[in-house]
Amino acid sequence: MPLTPERLQDAYRQMLVIRKFEEAIRNLYQQGKIRGSFHPCVGQEATAVGGCWALRKDDYMTCTYRGHGQAIAKGLSVRAAMAEMLGKATGCSKGKGGSMHFTDPSIGLLGANAIVAAGIPHAAGAALAAQLQKKDQIALAYFGEGAVNQGVYLETLNLAAIWKLPLIMVCENNLYSEMTPSHETTSVVETHKRASAFGFESIQIDGNDVELMYNTVEQAAAKARSGGGPIYIEAMTYRLWGHMMGDPEVYRTKDEVSKAKENEPIVRCGQRLLGLGCTEADLTRLEGQAEAMIEDALQFAEASPAPQPVDAFTDVFI
Amino acid sequence: MPNITYAQALNEALREEMRIDPRVFLMGEDIGHHGGIFRVTKDLIDEFGAERVRDTPISESSFVGLGIGAAMAGMRPVVELLFMDFALVAADQIVNQAAKLRYMSGGTVSVPIVVRAQQGGGRGNGAQHSQSFESWLAQVPGLIIVAPSTPVDAKGLLKSSIRAGNPVIFIEHKLLYNTKGDVPEGDYSIPIGKAEVKRDGRDVTIVSYSRTLLFALEAAETLSQKGIEAEVIDLRTIEPLDINTILESVKGTGRLLVVHESHSNCGLGAEIIARAYEQAPERLIMPARRLGAKHVPIPVAEPLENAVLPQPADIVEAVEAMF
Repeated sequence: MPLTPERLQDAYRQMLVIRKFEEAIRNLYQQGKIRGSFHPCVGQEATAVGGCWALRKDDYMTCTYRGHGQAIAKGLSVRAAMAEMLGKATGCSKGKGGSMHFTDPSIGLLGANAIVAAGIPHAAGAALAAQLQKKDQIALAYFGEGAVNQGVYLETLNLAAIWKLPLIMVCENNLYSEMTPSHETTSVVETHKRASAFGFESIQIDGNDVELMYNTVEQAAAKARSGGGPIYIEAMTYRLWGHMMGDPEVYRTKDEVSKAKENEPIVRCGQRLLGLGCTEADLTRLEGQAEAMIEDALQFAEASPAPQPVDAFTDVFI
Repeated sequence: MPNITYAQALNEALREEMRIDPRVFLMGEDIGHHGGIFRVTKDLIDEFGAERVRDTPISESSFVGLGIGAAMAGMRPVVELLFMDFALVAADQIVNQAAKLRYMSGGTVSVPIVVRAQQGGGRGNGAQHSQSFESWLAQVPGLIIVAPSTPVDAKGLLKSSIRAGNPVIFIEHKLLYNTKGDVPEGDYSIPIGKAEVKRDGRDVTIVSYSRTLLFALEAAETLSQKGIEAEVIDLRTIEPLDINTILESVKGTGRLLVVHESHSNCGLGAEIIARAYEQAPERLIMPARRLGAKHVPIPVAEPLENAVLPQPADIVEAVEAMF
């Protein structure tokens, strides 16, 4: 069932939470408060929200180091996410995982992964577990089109198809594999064609349309849940910021990026809401609510204690 | 007590655990109706069906990865690699994923997977089918590493590994599968992390595991005829390492030799000897020694392979040089 206008407002606010989360992280990063790398998902919020909102809380999901938005959309506490970014004991991984490893099994989030394509078989394995346990849970794997030349991606396409796993594979095709245009390094860059070759039902969609994303994943989920086997969705999107902080973005023009902003998911969702009868004031109110959530998360994270050195030696073995 | 082979003991462990725990299932190449090239999974498909005894494509990376995902989702997968050498094909899933996910998640997920594989030389399988990787793998925090040498330990340790709740690399040896020993029927387990003194002796401590443990016992008999009584310790678990049992033995003998089939260079022997010198240097009356594979790939022809891998005579010679 498509998102109601009320739910679409919620989705709009959720995308803004993700956008503002990434903006807050950029500020913290520039202040030197974030350790390690940060790979923003700005511009890709619709694939996250549309995809995750079409899942149940107990459905499984894996994502990548560009997965802050997906983790939050699946239900990760924004406070716990922010605290993790700041390396606090209250972070979702107690400061041990950081930006690239958001995990929370209580919402089905089996982990973001810092190795390209490595989380795809984990989602397939969770789907296999559900199949063996005779449960009606499904699993969704997010990855970028930069993952499609990894062996384990191709291997998992094969296994998921042969075992008819309740798995949705979502390729966020943002046109760039790290800092190289994907068409330069990828034969058959329309990745859904690869999945078709493995026997998947596969589709390419506009991933910046949150309603379309939601509807597509919802239908795929129903199919997977009823034993119809795996589905592959190639969601076309665009990464508005660089691959990571410090990316000089020599591989694209400023003109290209500014044109892409006309098609970015939050602006488009706002226009859609106005068309459905929302007012500018409604949109401003939703944006204010998103800002307040981020402000709350920042205050929580800043006030949280750092982990103790002795905590480095727990959560391994028994 | 039934006298059965190492392969049969492993088969019993799998069968019993699959009966006890519906979460346990198997994945690997040719493990179904074929029963595995070393017959470890023989006939299991008849009792448990193809859902729980799953033949995989030759795609180690993905089926180890699926095992990890299934483990995180509440199952207890036992994944078989045909040869340990193929662990390198799945190295990302073993080293970057299985070993680290629990830690990186702050303990919110666990990965109770067992990866079984046979390793080692001695039958001319060549450089890509004869390697021993325990020294490498022991460098990775987050992996339990088990390497039984006898049928009774193989069964008991495989049961403990399946129940461990954390990733276990379960190391078998291709030339141990047909060795026999008395194995209790039914349920029992051997604790992970506990070495065992397999032979008492007062003069020298020989530490080994897996197939070279049998070589150490053979060498000990030869040494006995020469008036040297060797205490032979079977590590059984590589990680976590039971250093206390080793140091206790060295307290009595004053001499320490470590023998393994993985390469000597930067190997487990170096680690054990370093710990002995760090923790109890006063107990060593002679410099400790190690024996491992020499620093070349494993060759095929018998005289070449025997020259590279430690043999019983090499153990005798190394011990005699300590007196």
